[in-house]
Amino acid sequence: MKKYSLVLFLVGILLVSGVLTVLAAEAPVTITWWHIEIVENQIALWQGLADKYMAAHPNVTIEITGYENENFKTKLTTVMQSGAPPDLFQSWGGGVMNEYAKAGLLLDITAYLDKDGWRDTFAPGALGVYSFEGKNYGVPRDMGMVGFWYNKELFAKAGINNPPATWTELLADVQKLKDANITPIALGEGDKWPGAFWWEYLATRIAGQAGFTEAYSRKGSFTDAPFIQAGEKLQELVALKPFQSGFLGATWGVDEPTLMGNGEAAMDLMGQWAPGAFNDSSTDRKGLGDKLGWFPFPMVEGGAGGSADALGGGNGFAVGKNAPPEAVDFLKYISSVDSQVAQAKIGLSLPVVAGAETGVTDPMLKLVQQGTAAAKYFQLYYDQAMPPAVGSVVNDSVQGLFAGTLTPEQAAQAIEDSAAQEIK
Amino acid sequence: MKTTLVGEDVVVLSKKTRSTRRLQGRMTIVLFLLPALALFLIFLVYPIFQSVYYSLFNWKGFGPAVDFVGLDNFKRILTDQIFLKSVGHGLLIVVLSLSIQLPLALALALMMGRSLRGRAFFRTIFFMPYILSEVITGIMWMILYNPNPNRGFVNAILTLIPGIKAIPWLGNTSTVLMAIFIVLTWKFFGFYMLLYLAGLQNIPPEVEEAALIDGVNNRQMITHITIPLIGSTIRTSVYLSVLGSLQVFALVWIMTKGGPVNASEVMSTYMYRFSFVRFQLGYGSAVAIVMLLISLVFSLAYRRLVRQTDYLN
Repeated sequence: MKKYSLVLFLVGILLVSGVLTVLAAEAPVTITWWHIEIVENQIALWQGLADKYMAAHPNVTIEITGYENENFKTKLTTVMQSGAPPDLFQSWGGGVMNEYAKAGLLLDITAYLDKDGWRDTFAPGALGVYSFEGKNYGVPRDMGMVGFWYNKELFAKAGINNPPATWTELLADVQKLKDANITPIALGEGDKWPGAFWWEYLATRIAGQAGFTEAYSRKGSFTDAPFIQAGEKLQELVALKPFQSGFLGATWGVDEPTLMGNGEAAMDLMGQWAPGAFNDSSTDRKGLGDKLGWFPFPMVEGGAGGSADALGGGNGFAVGKNAPPEAVDFLKYISSVDSQVAQAKIGLSLPVVAGAETGVTDPMLKLVQQGTAAAKYFQLYYDQAMPPAVGSVVNDSVQGLFAGTLTPEQAAQAIEDSAAQEIK
Repeated sequence: MKTTLVGEDVVVLSKKTRSTRRLQGRMTIVLFLLPALALFLIFLVYPIFQSVYYSLFNWKGFGPAVDFVGLDNFKRILTDQIFLKSVGHGLLIVVLSLSIQLPLALALALMMGRSLRGRAFFRTIFFMPYILSEVITGIMWMILYNPNPNRGFVNAILTLIPGIKAIPWLGNTSTVLMAIFIVLTWKFFGFYMLLYLAGLQNIPPEVEEAALIDGVNNRQMITHITIPLIGSTIRTSVYLSVLGSLQVFALVWIMTKGGPVNASEVMSTYMYRFSFVRFQLGYGSAVAIVMLLISLVFSLAYRRLVRQTDYLN
């Protein structure tokens, strides 16, 4: 009898748990949301928005997971290959997002955008980054450009009165900083993409929009003269040894912002999210305050690109294929003007929604936003604009330029080989 | 008339029962092995066959594999400088492990084996690194190796020595592999030490006592008695160490991702980058198959080599 009662007990538990699972599944909606904010007040902002939405919609549960940038890329890849994407997740748009769209892993939200004029609230250029073959798969929240964040105090100490306007001036300023015993540039080249910004900007300044379009459309090649020259210019910089010790193994997540935030390096070529990171990584959590300045990437003498051309990108959220309609509704909620103003106030996003520019109070970020808006040619970071394999080769090859293990010709050839294979 | 040859009948009957019993015995064995076999087939054998299949394609990882390229991936692997470099690094780690890590673990085990005061304490702290996850270990050592003496413990100690400047351990192509090997040794020597300790327990004390009576000194005891008697443990540890060194992944990926500029590249980081960063899973699968073949060749050769010594005993 004892044996049978045990078996009955186990079966009973199985039945009860099965029933409970079924019951639970029928009731509320759960939305999974993955973002990449690790700065405290930024995490709090997202959580706050989720809490307000959940209070207004009691049947919706929003499960938020915040990842560090590199971890997110790893995690997302695994989850994409298993075919079960999260409902809302961080996306930089462009080539990587296009791969997911091609594989049918994203939800087509074109219809949602067309309803009630939601589409018109966004800056068209920014929204376009999150579309593929005429269909929309996500929305932006932030679009900006990469530029130089610099420590005004350290520049003054080295005797630099004005930020450099040309590449030659930049090299001269680097030398002045070295002479004053200040680390000129903070660079986390272990992550590879921070260094890629340097080469990509040089290529943008030298090749211009025409040069990039030629190579990318496969009419030309990434071994054309401008791309080799970009490598040569980069070598000029590397030869001055302007980076902190051990920069080839340093990371963006920890080393770069710590150096800048604590005033141990003079400048950092980075995107619009930099100030928040500098503050968070500094020892006193306050960062540089008004010692922080910004200037755009200098002009390169003889380059075909315009001095106002911008390399940049932004952040947004893509929608996974299994997302319920409530997820898109929540996405609309966090894209509202109020939300964008709140994001701008804490330096999380440079708004892309009309009317939210007023939220940008920081004079530095205003400069970035104005620069972005004024750019005639806006180039998305190469490792997002092009297919992931090519982007990865760009990052790896540029690291070779920084380490001196690749010549400009070899780096350009590696990129060209990858582009020839991947871009068809 | 029925003639009952009782004796033969009994013999025949019991033969039948014996063979049925043997069959039943075999069935029980098969039944108990079945779950483990099923897991083995589903999670080990089947994915390997899938990998072999995908290695013949150019495949992004999403959707079905359609771009058949045959053995092109394998040709590419064998001609890629970076892959050959990664194999070289793997072999270097194997050699270093066998010549530094294992002897260190053995020496410690021999010391621990004696009645040393605080044996249990030392055993515990030497084994602790092994308990940490590889990811935590990697992150911890990244902090320890920070090139700034104000933040990195290793450099803080180093710069105390007059004249020595801080070394960027993970940022310098000439020191990065050594730095990673130090972490590997730190992490795994405790495991091998415990393995050897267990082996030492199995030496019958009478043998040692007899040797002592015969007047052997310490060195002779170790080289002629102790080590030969834990021979099979040593052979097992060599086997585990070589395979582990060939396949090391998490520590390297966390600390350097194989960089800078492939200076710490190993086969597994190479495979990972092509599969999950560049989305070229067909090529990555081919790398995985090559890794499997290398490990398999070593494994079979080694087993054959030590078979005489261990199995005939």
